[in-house]
Amino acid sequence: MGTGHSHALYVHEHSPLHQLAPEAKIVAAFGLVVAIAVTPRQAVWAFAGYAVIAAGLVAMSRVGFRFVAIRLLAVAPFVVFALFIPFIATGETVEVWGMQLSVEGLWGMWNILAKAVLGASVSIVLTATTEIPEIIRGMGVLRVPVLFTSIAMFMVRYLELIADELRRTRLAMTSRGYAPRWLSQAAPIASAAGALFVRSYERGERVHAAMLSRGFTGTMPSIDDRRATSSEWAAALSLVALAAFVAIAAAMTS
Amino acid sequence: MSAQVRVAGVEFSYPDGRAALRGVDLVVESGERVAILGPNGAGKTTLALHLNGIYQPSSGTVTIGDLQVVEANFSEIRRRVGMVFQDSNDQLFMPKVRDDVAFGPANLGVTGAELEQRVQSALAAVGGEALADRPAHHLSGGERRRAALATVLAMDPDVLVFDEPSSDLDGAGRRELVSALSSLGLTQIVITHDLPLALELCPRAVIMREGRIVADGETRAMLVDATLLAENRLELPFGFQLGGPLEG
Repeated sequence: MGTGHSHALYVHEHSPLHQLAPEAKIVAAFGLVVAIAVTPRQAVWAFAGYAVIAAGLVAMSRVGFRFVAIRLLAVAPFVVFALFIPFIATGETVEVWGMQLSVEGLWGMWNILAKAVLGASVSIVLTATTEIPEIIRGMGVLRVPVLFTSIAMFMVRYLELIADELRRTRLAMTSRGYAPRWLSQAAPIASAAGALFVRSYERGERVHAAMLSRGFTGTMPSIDDRRATSSEWAAALSLVALAAFVAIAAAMTS
Repeated sequence: MSAQVRVAGVEFSYPDGRAALRGVDLVVESGERVAILGPNGAGKTTLALHLNGIYQPSSGTVTIGDLQVVEANFSEIRRRVGMVFQDSNDQLFMPKVRDDVAFGPANLGVTGAELEQRVQSALAAVGGEALADRPAHHLSGGERRRAALATVLAMDPDVLVFDEPSSDLDGAGRRELVSALSSLGLTQIVITHDLPLALELCPRAVIMREGRIVADGETRAMLVDATLLAENRLELPFGFQLGGPLEG
């Protein structure tokens, strides 16, 4: 089996951010991302402020700027898209390095670049300092409906098993000389996907039986009753307040 | 604590009309270990799932200790009967082993320090203290099997039911399982194709075929009865020799 997708995002450390209760971290990250998203693009100074906050969080998390930079490659498709905007947008133009670029397009590019990179950085810090089961638990504490958190939990648990079954199915297909080249050869893939679906469904039934056997009556019991302390909430909410202040100031000055 | 298991005249058909159990009578005394043997499709797993009410018989009754397995008693029945499933991946559905072990007692309303205490002692009983914070998909087959056993031990059961407990274990894992099971003085019902395991663990065995119990007796005596084994598609591993007085 692989190293586990849940570990690709997480960095094992003992920083203050790692120790912060997940529900407080989720609220802080969400607040920060919303503030970044609603800030007017002309308020360049505000984005500099967010960048300082994000850099501070990365430093505090001890996951390393290099790690965050590598994970930021996930937003590369947006960046590539953004780089085209000044060339295809219309309206007033400005000359940059001998090219006529749209002013509106340049602002559009900046808007996407700044918000994508900053927003993603905050999310990366959240997932690098919080294991996925903890994030799901934090969502539960924040009253996200148990239907969603349970589905997320089972997905995290069984995705890897299903991926493993898919690998074995592919191996079995390849072993019998299946090397698809044309669309007309795609039918076996569809039937393999169908078989995988049925097997997952059957596993669902067996897991349900195992849950019933241990007294499950339809509601997930609360196992971990740790909750964020008031000082943890204070830390998280002061970050949200700071970001909100920057966003409001930016909206008023531009 | 351990409890008697009494199955009386149980019949069961699947929703598609296929009869799976055609009148099963079985009494397992408190503290006894019994193996259920038989070919695939004989109804062994179906019978096991009647013991805690996952399936309910179309006729007949199942009783655990002094309680009949009916819906009104499910909560207590499921505490009393610990079911260890064939694929441990079905039993370990929480993100971490610790959460899985806590799931059963938490459903019984245990919380806080007592819950933690239950988790610790259940893991200790299977030698798995180190597994607590590991995700289930990173465990070896043997570790996963022991973690699955801990999840039912945490409920403080009176009866343990195992479906093919040795199926995905290597030699050492199998030996660890045998020593874990023989040290637990509970009523145990072990469904298996692994005849040496049955012999090692269970003084008594029953053989099921086509939804009925066709033989019930001393495990060793059954395993030397070549005709009986052949009739029920059971085979000792190649080269396996049973010593003892019955072989002469």
